[in-house]
Amino acid sequence: MAGHVDSHDHDAHTDSDGHGPAFYIKIWAILLVLFLISVAGPEISHHKAVILVTAFGIAIVKAYMVAVNFMHIKHEKKYIAYIMFAMLGAVFLFYIAVSTDVQMTSGSNWENASAKAVIEQHKDFQEHIEHE
Amino acid sequence: MGTTTPIATTRSVTGMPTGRLAVWWVIGSEIVIFGGLLMCYLMFRLKYPYWAMYSVHTNTFAGALNTFVLLTSSLFIVLAHYYAERKEELKAFGLIWATIFGGLTFLVIKGIEWTTEITNGFTITSSMFWSFYYTAAGLHALHVIAGMCLMAWISMDVLQKKNMHRVELIGIYWHFVDIVWIFLFPLLYIAK
Repeated sequence: MAGHVDSHDHDAHTDSDGHGPAFYIKIWAILLVLFLISVAGPEISHHKAVILVTAFGIAIVKAYMVAVNFMHIKHEKKYIAYIMFAMLGAVFLFYIAVSTDVQMTSGSNWENASAKAVIEQHKDFQEHIEHE
Repeated sequence: MGTTTPIATTRSVTGMPTGRLAVWWVIGSEIVIFGGLLMCYLMFRLKYPYWAMYSVHTNTFAGALNTFVLLTSSLFIVLAHYYAERKEELKAFGLIWATIFGGLTFLVIKGIEWTTEITNGFTITSSMFWSFYYTAAGLHALHVIAGMCLMAWISMDVLQKKNMHRVELIGIYWHFVDIVWIFLFPLLYIAK
């Protein structure tokens, strides 16, 4: 028969780690500041690098903060983090495997004529974006 | 141990409660579902930069307001977990319902936003961008609804000081729903 565990086995960490209401409110306040930066950044500058860092870079930081401080993933068994990273790895593997086919309009033995036509149709707009 | 306590609540061969492990497995599956969807969106968005002319019509203010609402609801549920651990059932109950109210606010804002967009002619069949937009945001909204229903159910137990550990389980799920939105927001509303 399987052994029994305390359903709050990792909760003993909470007090010693200072995870009280004040701590959670502090994390929430930091998340709000990061959120404001992620909104303000792309408003101030339309440069791709600024958007990437302020919107997407900060999203990664925010997700990490929620996972660590609200979901307490650090206090879970190590294999939980491994499972999560394995799933994320599967998603990135999917991107790497498929993106070349999806993002290209032609290869050595094939051509996606409809995609080419759509891109051609919006060429002016695309050039306008690239100039910005 | 009481005869009414589900065995899965306390039994474990993995060193952690089975219920919590199950929630993490659900989240692992959700990572693949949402991750796959968002990666597809990213691929097409990079292929067709002109999608910017569609995304310019998404309501950044509504998206930002919803981000604030979800972040705040995440705070409420983690505090509910804190009080549930200390058997302060009334505080935990109140905070769970504050979280449900956050979810409801999120859905109302989303409803207003979608009504405006559909009225302006941007429907799920208008273009590939709008298909992704409604699918991703709609799937996320379904998860919000599921979380709210589960929280309402759990809150009834909390009031009777039963199965208090479930507050933590629904909290983990709710934080994940929050994380998904953290990525949807820049992809659909910020990258114009």
